[in-house]
Amino acid sequence: MAEYNITDSIDITDVNCPITFVKAKIALEELDDGDILSIRLNDGEPVQNVPKSIKEEGHEVLSLTENGDGTYQLIVKKVGD
Amino acid sequence: MAFTNEQIERYSRHIILKEVGAKGQKKLLNAKVLIIGAGGLGAPVAMYLAAAGVGTIGIADADEVDLSNLQRQIVHQTADVGKPKVQSAKETMEAMNPDVKVITYHEFISSENILDIIKDYDFIIDGTDNFPAKFLINDACVMAKKPFCHAGIIRFQGQLMTYVPGKGPCYRCVFKNPPPKDAVPTCKQAGVIGAMGGVIGSLQAMEAVKYILGVGDLLTGYLLTYDALKMQFRKIKLPADTHNCAVCGDHPTITELIDYEQAECDGTGL
Repeated sequence: MAEYNITDSIDITDVNCPITFVKAKIALEELDDGDILSIRLNDGEPVQNVPKSIKEEGHEVLSLTENGDGTYQLIVKKVGD
Repeated sequence: MAFTNEQIERYSRHIILKEVGAKGQKKLLNAKVLIIGAGGLGAPVAMYLAAAGVGTIGIADADEVDLSNLQRQIVHQTADVGKPKVQSAKETMEAMNPDVKVITYHEFISSENILDIIKDYDFIIDGTDNFPAKFLINDACVMAKKPFCHAGIIRFQGQLMTYVPGKGPCYRCVFKNPPPKDAVPTCKQAGVIGAMGGVIGSLQAMEAVKYILGVGDLLTGYLLTYDALKMQFRKIKLPADTHNCAVCGDHPTITELIDYEQAECDGTGL
């Protein structure tokens, strides 16, 4: 993660689908074009759906890495304003 | 303004939509819509706009809830009979969504008060049941440069159109003058199928929401009609030429609001 200049981070491990994506989307809307958002999310449904939905919105998924505790770290670059 | 967790959950199905998002939901929360008539049309409009989180909803109606209203005016409950319709509608909307501020106008709209009532609103809904009110709303909205959605329902039929200043014909471009008194039956005399208010009022609510969000195409320049028995919608293109209209044309002859005489059995709020 150190290679990215993270603008903002959110943790969506405490919510279920679709609030996971909704929270990520709200966080992204508050950023500017090119900003980087780091998202901590759970294995399973969130990791299957959230990156896909974010891509469908036109943003760029830079990386998805396992944290080793059943959660993942998703790094997204905001595209557009 | 940041959303609370409760708002994120409440509006999640809106925020997920590409055309809405957090920005669109904030537009809705900051929007002000006035509903004239808390009847068959106004009921679903009030409920959908309140549920959608339209932040300020004005509602105007001089009547009290009557038992004969409840077959279609779903914003009112049996226990509300006798209560001012605006009060009953306010209670329903506030119970649905605490984010909504409801402002009530327990009075008939007239040439005297309409401009003052509409001036603070972004969009106006015509949910009235009589021609004098419909022409008054049209003329006032044209003069005050306010967008509004007209609708009318009777028996198994309904219609609607949307006026946005400078974006097409107004109601008077299409229907020059009110019909002679008693030439057209009112709802009271003719009857109306209950769900008609739901169909047409929901379409009016949709127009208001789209206008606030700035997405899609509005029903400007078109009249949409619905015949429930034939199960037929028709979208009729209206003449684009508004130059000669008596109120919105280049040289308007109607420059003051008119209180047309109302058929005796009429009331507002179908």
